[in-house]
Amino acid sequence: MAGLLQHLINGLAEGTIYALVALGYTMVYGVLKLINFAHGDVMMVGAYVGYAAAFVLGDGALGSLWGAVLVFLVSILFCGLLGWLVERFAYRPLREKPRLTALITAIGISFTLSYGFQLKVQPEIAGKKVTLLPGADPRTFPEIITPAEWVTLHVPAPAPAPDEVDPAAPHDAADDFVEIIIWNWQVISFVIALALMGGLQVLVFRTKFGRAMRAVSHDHRVAALLGIPVDRVIALTFMLGSALAACAGILYAIKDTLIQPMLGVQLGLKAFVAAVIGGIGNVQGAVLGAVALALCEELVVGYASSSWRDAVAFGFLIVVLLLRPQGLLGRVQAEKV
Amino acid sequence: MLRTTSTLVVAGAACALASWLFASSQFFALQASLVGVAVILAVSLNLINGITGQFSIGHGGFMGVGAYVGVVTSSLLTQFQLLPGAPQVVSDQLVLLIALATGGLAAGTMGFLVGLPSLRLKGDYLAIVTLGFGEIIRVAIQNTKEIASDELKLVQAQGIGAELAYRVTHLGRATGLSQIPQLTSFGMVWFWVFVVVMVTRRILGSPHGRALLAIREDEVAAEAMGVDTTGYKVRAFAVASFFAGVAGALFAHFQAIITPAQFDFVKSTEIVVFIVAGGLGSTSGAVVSAMALTLLPEVMRSLFGGFNVEQIRKPLFGLLLVVIMLTRPQGLFGTHELWDLGKRKKRPA
Amino acid sequence: MRNLTLAAFAALSLITLGCERKTPAVDPKPPEAKPVDAGVAAAPKQDDVILLGEVGSLTGPEAAFGISTKQGIELALAEANAAGGVKGKKLEVRVYDDQSKPEEAASAAARLITQDHIALLLGEVASSNSLAMAPKAQEAKVPMISPSSTNPAVTEVGDYIFRVCFIDPFQGYVMAKYARQDLKMSKAAILKDVKSAYSMGLADVFEKKFSELGGKVAGIESYSKGETDFRAQLTALKKLKVEGLYVPGYYNDVGLVARQAKELGLKVTMMGGDGWDSEKLFELGGAALDGSVVSNHYSAEDPSPQVQNFITKYKEKYGAVPDSLAALGYDAAMVGIEAMKRSTDLTGPSIRDALAQIRDFPGVAGTISINEKRDAVKPAVVLQIKNNKFNYVATVKP
Repeated sequence: MAGLLQHLINGLAEGTIYALVALGYTMVYGVLKLINFAHGDVMMVGAYVGYAAAFVLGDGALGSLWGAVLVFLVSILFCGLLGWLVERFAYRPLREKPRLTALITAIGISFTLSYGFQLKVQPEIAGKKVTLLPGADPRTFPEIITPAEWVTLHVPAPAPAPDEVDPAAPHDAADDFVEIIIWNWQVISFVIALALMGGLQVLVFRTKFGRAMRAVSHDHRVAALLGIPVDRVIALTFMLGSALAACAGILYAIKDTLIQPMLGVQLGLKAFVAAVIGGIGNVQGAVLGAVALALCEELVVGYASSSWRDAVAFGFLIVVLLLRPQGLLGRVQAEKV
Repeated sequence: MLRTTSTLVVAGAACALASWLFASSQFFALQASLVGVAVILAVSLNLINGITGQFSIGHGGFMGVGAYVGVVTSSLLTQFQLLPGAPQVVSDQLVLLIALATGGLAAGTMGFLVGLPSLRLKGDYLAIVTLGFGEIIRVAIQNTKEIASDELKLVQAQGIGAELAYRVTHLGRATGLSQIPQLTSFGMVWFWVFVVVMVTRRILGSPHGRALLAIREDEVAAEAMGVDTTGYKVRAFAVASFFAGVAGALFAHFQAIITPAQFDFVKSTEIVVFIVAGGLGSTSGAVVSAMALTLLPEVMRSLFGGFNVEQIRKPLFGLLLVVIMLTRPQGLFGTHELWDLGKRKKRPA
Repeated sequence: MRNLTLAAFAALSLITLGCERKTPAVDPKPPEAKPVDAGVAAAPKQDDVILLGEVGSLTGPEAAFGISTKQGIELALAEANAAGGVKGKKLEVRVYDDQSKPEEAASAAARLITQDHIALLLGEVASSNSLAMAPKAQEAKVPMISPSSTNPAVTEVGDYIFRVCFIDPFQGYVMAKYARQDLKMSKAAILKDVKSAYSMGLADVFEKKFSELGGKVAGIESYSKGETDFRAQLTALKKLKVEGLYVPGYYNDVGLVARQAKELGLKVTMMGGDGWDSEKLFELGGAALDGSVVSNHYSAEDPSPQVQNFITKYKEKYGAVPDSLAALGYDAAMVGIEAMKRSTDLTGPSIRDALAQIRDFPGVAGTISINEKRDAVKPAVVLQIKNNKFNYVATVKP
């Protein structure tokens, strides 16, 4: 019971981060029908920019509210800009070309970012060493939220198996309960992620821009005919996705503390899988798929074998797709002939 | 038929001659073999992605199946004298051929099994299923055991069945399988390059190929015309996987070690990059770009021999991909073929 | 159409370039003639320079290890050159990146051997990559020294392959023995990296030895290199109530494991191997690591002047305390240089013979004697972590 509760907490924490990244995949896919392979790397850049911002702000800002807000803002702005640049110069010129070509540029951008960040570029500007690119060494993300225990749950422990009980040993009262600690940053991260998802939901379904985005996603040619500025909508969608990725990057860094240039590749792949499970192009589906995937992985590790974790993640994907080829919440689109 | 046989014989002879000539240069032979394997992979993937218009990013996984099955086969067979009285070289090459065949067949069967249900899926969904399949294979291999030489000796004493069972469950997990008999010659690789190119050309020229092209151009229309789309797709998938398996088995027999990480998602993406850069649907494009992109890292080493460019090779490669796609989105060759160059001149449109 | 032909030609010329040798001197032989010398040991071309080759991962997930090793090797060469080189010749090292991939490692090794004509090959850290390189070196009769590949199979490839570190079984044995006999642990668990041969090797031996010595390995969990969330595995292990947790991984992972174990309220003594050795470990793990014990090649606290000298020089040059990979890189180069000094004529076979004769060589990471299996026989140290420092507690002899 205690174990299960802890697994659920872990799974939710992981799932919300998958979800934020998966949202970016799904939105871009929605408007462009493009798997944006560079998306995971944008998230990595977000984490690094957050790191740099925290570094520049100095230790004084660590743990303070304005410090954390600034870190998030700087990273969001930077990644938004990066997303815009990537869309403008690597994807837009190829929009009317076969979809695979844009996919290759996406892979190219992903290589450039993930391997480029492995270079160490530290020129001296005005007598000070300025790190422009961080190098391959992993770095420890500063604690922008000072960790504290938010609440400690005492859950009754399961009775030990008879053969495990040492009759000679005195009964230890501490063994009757299992402590489950919920940390402040877990709660804060969860709230931030929920707020972002809620905000996105409102944006997509309640605003004019959201309507334009859905129109472009439905059929961008018709949308253009109806006077929707397709280029601008797509660019904004990219920036939005990248901004979410930046937040995901920082939340990830708060949770797992280690950032390195390749982190986007692995997490990006999982998030993409989550988006497909949920039905790619579908905003709620991405969140559902992400949480389902994370919980599935968590429970496999907890109750089956941890060495099969990745296989189970992909097996889950395949099963979902075979049973529901359009993903959990995806809609079947009839093909017009 | 006669023409095909004679071309095959000539090609075989040419490859044998070339491999005898260059056998003494380790580096050259290694590069040539690596390039050849890349070409086989690219041309076979092109059959799925370029000609049939499906999108697979799990080719690395099929290559891995071929490599592992091939190695298990050859490790079992090298202990026996298959052709009594024949020189060692001949018997070795026979073992290699059997290993290639089993590796290819295993991968082909796997391709068939994976393809059957998943080819009902469209586009990106198919892509992600093939990717997932590749990853599952990797994890499965990681969950096998390592070969211990003393255990192996005990098992070998119990006969070939026991040894087979032992080898199949001991694929060396993350360490990989090492001490693979080094049987591949560069001529053998290029002979298979020739075979895969021939087969693709022949398929394209046949009604079968027309059906594949029809599926690429418009699946719904093709189906309406009575083309059994799923059947054709699955067959194309199986043929391509067969060649990926052969490529994997060839690769394993000149690499000294194979590890699951060599056949992961990154490998599959590399192959996709080859064919898109070469021009989707163009076999010659796949050949040329697989050659060029495989050698590119070495070329960069040659050009910048003096400087330390090692660390900027990869990011440069990424940028180069973007630039190629932006300047020539249809790939190097578009859908054209080298061998069509002459024909077009004769027949002005 | 003309464009296409041009493009094809461009691609073809790229291909020929790729195969072309690149040597700084003007080459009297045409490129086609180069293959012949692969069979015999390649002697260095220029008379005043001995060229060594190194293959390491400078990019990719293991870049940090490759870079440490490279810096250790460069330091050793700089010292040797300052002391007059070998037989009056200067030493140079050419380093190729293998992106932590075996096929790239094999390619790079073949290139160093047949194109650059190196006298000695150094590398790799990861055993899989060394296993890919070794047959190339063996075939061309160029001696190869692996600084830190601990898998026993590496030197089994042939008589030209050496290493200067101890092998997996020894390290796992050291920790199992220490945990059982000195720490009196009765129940332990293992958390290993399924993508790393090193981690799997150590975990196997630990499991076997710990059980043989009367302990119980209650649970084995695993992760894949690159993962940063170990909470699921740790939660599963928490249910088992073990005293010790053996994590034979690299410092990136271990630092996070320690931190997350503390976060989940898991109270165990963590144990590990030489992969923990890095200043980064403390940055990542912090106070969560206190009390952990590791086996290692050397202790930076070792007062011997040689070790302290090495540490000072390394700090001067690279601004960091050398980790064990740097120390092993340094040792590998030093052993190679010593062998070249002792060799008669700097050809592969004669360097090989000299290498096989190395006994009691004072390396910074322990005294090295090469045994008949071409492995280094050397003691291991057990270190305990306290206040972000490795403190020496014991030496375990083989």
